Amino acid sequence: MDGMKERLEALRTEALGELATVADPQQLNDLRVKYLGKKGALTEILRGMGALSAEERPVIGQVGNDVRAAIEAVIEAKQSAFQQAETENRLRAETIDVTLPGSKLPAGAVHPLNKVAQEIEDIFIGLGYTIAEGPEVETDYYNFEALNLPKDHPARDMQDSFYITDEILMRTQTSPVQVRTMKAMNGKTPVKVICPGKVYRRDDDDATHSFQFNQIEGLVIGPNIRMSDLKGTLLQFAQLMFGKQAQIRLRPSFFPFTEPSAEVDISCAQCGGEGCRMCKHTGWLEILGCGMVHPRVLEMGGYDPEQVSGFAFGMGVERIALLKYGIDDIRHFYTNDARFLGQFVRMQG
Amino acid sequence: MNVSYRWLSEYIDLNGYTGEGLAELMTSGGIEIDVVESRNKGVTGVVVGRVVTREKHPDADKLSVCTVDVGGSEPLQIVCGAKNVAAGQLVPVATVGAKLPGDFAIKRAKLRGVESQGMICSAKELGLNEKLLPKEQQEGILVLPEGLAVGQSILEVLGIDDEVLELDLTPNRSDCLSMLGVAYEVGALTGREVKLPNNRVTDTVEQASDHLSVQIEAKEQCSHYAARYIKGVKIGPSPQWMQNRLMAAGIRPISNVVDITNFVLLEYGQPLHAFDADKVGSGRIVVRLAREGEVMVTLDDQERKLEPHTLVITDGEKPIALAGVMGGANSEVDASTVNIVLESARFDGGTVRKTSRQIGLRSESSIRFEKGVDPSRVIPALDRAAALMAEYASGLVLEGIVQEAAAAPAEREVFVSLDKINRYLGTDLSKLEVQTLLGRLHFPFELSTDGVFTVKVPSRRGDIAYDVDLIEEVARLYGYDNIPTTSIEGATTPGALTKPQAIRRELRRRLTDAGLHEVISYSFTHPDRAKLFPALSGKVEPIRLSLPMSEDRSVLRTSLLPQMLETAAYNRNRKNEDLSLFEIGSVFHTDEVELTRLPQEKHRLAVLLTGIRTSTQWNRKSVPVDFYDIKGVLETVVEVLGVSRLISYEAAQPEHMHPGRTAAIVLQTERGPVTIGYIGQVHPALQLEQDLNDVYVLEVELAPLYDEANFAIEYKVLPRYPAIQRDIAVVLDRGVQVGKVIAEVRETAGELLESVNVFDIYTGEKLGAEKKSVALSLVYRHEARTLTDEEVTELHGRVVAKLEQSFAAELRK
Repeated sequence: MDGMKERLEALRTEALGELATVADPQQLNDLRVKYLGKKGALTEILRGMGALSAEERPVIGQVGNDVRAAIEAVIEAKQSAFQQAETENRLRAETIDVTLPGSKLPAGAVHPLNKVAQEIEDIFIGLGYTIAEGPEVETDYYNFEALNLPKDHPARDMQDSFYITDEILMRTQTSPVQVRTMKAMNGKTPVKVICPGKVYRRDDDDATHSFQFNQIEGLVIGPNIRMSDLKGTLLQFAQLMFGKQAQIRLRPSFFPFTEPSAEVDISCAQCGGEGCRMCKHTGWLEILGCGMVHPRVLEMGGYDPEQVSGFAFGMGVERIALLKYGIDDIRHFYTNDARFLGQFVRMQG
Repeated sequence: MNVSYRWLSEYIDLNGYTGEGLAELMTSGGIEIDVVESRNKGVTGVVVGRVVTREKHPDADKLSVCTVDVGGSEPLQIVCGAKNVAAGQLVPVATVGAKLPGDFAIKRAKLRGVESQGMICSAKELGLNEKLLPKEQQEGILVLPEGLAVGQSILEVLGIDDEVLELDLTPNRSDCLSMLGVAYEVGALTGREVKLPNNRVTDTVEQASDHLSVQIEAKEQCSHYAARYIKGVKIGPSPQWMQNRLMAAGIRPISNVVDITNFVLLEYGQPLHAFDADKVGSGRIVVRLAREGEVMVTLDDQERKLEPHTLVITDGEKPIALAGVMGGANSEVDASTVNIVLESARFDGGTVRKTSRQIGLRSESSIRFEKGVDPSRVIPALDRAAALMAEYASGLVLEGIVQEAAAAPAEREVFVSLDKINRYLGTDLSKLEVQTLLGRLHFPFELSTDGVFTVKVPSRRGDIAYDVDLIEEVARLYGYDNIPTTSIEGATTPGALTKPQAIRRELRRRLTDAGLHEVISYSFTHPDRAKLFPALSGKVEPIRLSLPMSEDRSVLRTSLLPQMLETAAYNRNRKNEDLSLFEIGSVFHTDEVELTRLPQEKHRLAVLLTGIRTSTQWNRKSVPVDFYDIKGVLETVVEVLGVSRLISYEAAQPEHMHPGRTAAIVLQTERGPVTIGYIGQVHPALQLEQDLNDVYVLEVELAPLYDEANFAIEYKVLPRYPAIQRDIAVVLDRGVQVGKVIAEVRETAGELLESVNVFDIYTGEKLGAEKKSVALSLVYRHEARTLTDEEVTELHGRVVAKLEQSFAAELRK
């Protein structure tokens, strides 16, 4: 029995000694097999247990277990040390330069004119308007006559419009859509629409003029629409578009299709009305034209001006985009330089 | 219209208003003032002096040495270089310490050894506009008229201590094309009274009708023709004050008679014309339309061909003036004129406009006739001018006005109720407030007990015809700023996008998310461009503008692609070679040779890809875009619109597209398959011509997609049973379309086939030049149970067999 005990202790010493010098996981595994495996040294010694007495067996069994536990503990400690080292190595090897640029998602831009138009459309949709559209090639009737601009009207100049025939032309304003809307409504109220779109006027192109440009007009008709409602609507629009602090100012003006008519200035968003280069030091930006729909226009649209009234307003999308983004030349909108377009990727603010 | 502040103050009290203040007041009332310009360009210390002596400079041929009395104790010695300086003249003298425009200070100086204590000035040196100077003042020093006090400030004499307001008039306010009109406007804004000018004509015994008759033949074009006969005028310069005013208004003084007609034109807004009565000879004025082939020489010595619609003033035979536009050379007032026929008439605006357009001449007269003159001023203006001619041209005004006139236009009455005013404006004005405002406008009115105003509109305000016109007058005088701010009353309305609008928004969102930039091009293009891509441009003649600005922008676009290429070329020239662009816009088609109805406007989507797919970066290779990139764009679009199952692609060879890399986009509709666009590479020949690299494009009609688009989500329960995947690779002839192979696979495998994916295409020497290997991955699944290996093997076997049979496919092992 003493011989077994001593052999076990000798095994412990040998195993622990050998384990102390282990250098890699493979070697560790080999030693585990050598000492603790099914055919390992410990099993080999313990196989002699059968020859022991019933009293001796538990004693030697206990010693065997102790030796196993001692060897296992060292193996485990070694193993975990190896694993940690391996992990550290791996992390070191995987370290990258986080300052290199990433692979971005593609991001294109909506054209700035449509970006502005959509923003305006969204504001009016929020106020309960729908969007009406009409043809860009129009009849003289819808473009002029039905808007109280008969053929001999001085405000009408053949030279200012792109005619195709005597009766057909490129629309010079989006107002014909208002007339088409009125006719389509067949005398029903309320009418609450905005009409965005391209319009065309004979104009020599320069930094601030373009023969093709975009307008957005609005039309409201109802049983009791007042000029004060027009002011309220435009103020609401101005504050949603240009910020809560925006103010409006109406100046009497003239349009053949509205009476009374007004030019609308909005307090300069840049300087807040104190005067800067953008507003030419006036504190105000001229943005809109508006007025109460002329009774003749209502009549031609199929409404009785004694029963209903309405207001209309219109603005140039280019002008707002020029102001909003500080763009230097209106022609950029139509030459579509990718370096220009790429500047408008940001979300609508 | 340029309005002199000093002149205006003759008709209305402007006390308390500076030029700027007046401009602000008028702008807020609806007459926009562009600029307020001082007539003084920087003159101080210049006074009237009398040249006492003039001698030649001892050492300079071109200089004179003058002594000039400027009211000081001693006359000044001044060296002057002007040829026209002479003893006895009254002249403007800039004394030492004076300043001239351009910050030019006058100092004591020695000129060729002779001391000069100031400078005798020319009109130009005083900052007067050269173009407006009478001929005799354009060279040399300015010689002033007699009657001025020595030492008097020149600012006063020349009226340049004045400001000029430039009115930017809207077409309805032609009443402000006269000083009186402006005075009435200012009167309405300030509540002050208007002072009318003196136009009393002194009676004579001699009758004008003994010398003159007037007859209107063209009654439609001329509703009133009035004339006076003025005898024995002395032609000379007009008084300095009148010249000052004309120059302030931008009109060059010419002679007393001509200046008076212009002065009164500005004062009353009524154009006048003076004929040399002796040149007219016949003593007859006949107003008629020109005859075919008639010609006349106008004041500017141009021979004008007259049209049958041209209204002319004749002496009974030949034309002596183009009515309302310009006088004739044959009746021109000149230095030798003694007797005058003075015309004041009302010509039809449209007729005058036509003539002035035709000869390319817009005069102060024609502008006013075009916009309509006040019928009630024909006679007062005539009298005013006659009175001035008596006073300033020594004329004798003969008794009586010779005239022919149609009945005067009826006085216009317009009604508006107090209730309507307040309902329309959203205000709460009282009767008294409205009464006051109408009173300030000098609009006579009656007010009924139930609050209805009956307004007699003065003839000078031709723009007031409707009750709303009166409401506007009330509103603008009350102040737009004082109108309250309210919200629309009544039921709220829902705001929304229509289906096409929502689709276009979604397209923009998806395409920009995929990295494409949106472009907007001109709708006008060159006819040659409009003929590119006939399959898309409808094979029709493009619609031509009748007066294009240039050939480059002369027709309406028939397809979006030609300008997409133009945009690509523009960018390429700026080294932007990698482009992903799209445009949503209208093209214009018609089958008519000349439009009698509106053309078709078709909404289309166009996409252009060129260069490399994603920008080159350290972690990826740059891959050039190819057909499948642009096809992917469209596939995503149709997927989003819920129509991918209705879309198919058929190889096509439309003109200007690469014949081997182009497909027709076919939409399955209720009426059968419809080609809605094309997708592919631009033909290499066209690419070369446009100086472009490989360009992939698509253009597709949106209307059919609007119709077929389906936004409903078709939710399917997630699969509960496992799928079985089988991959196959088959060798096919190169020309076999994989799309057909896939269709055959689907057809054969039926419902159990969940998906089929092409995961590899291989061509290479091993297969031979005419072959390709296509690798497909098929996923089988049953919704309600687990498939057995045997049944999948059997089904898959059938698929393979079918491919072998239909495409002579060889299974690759």
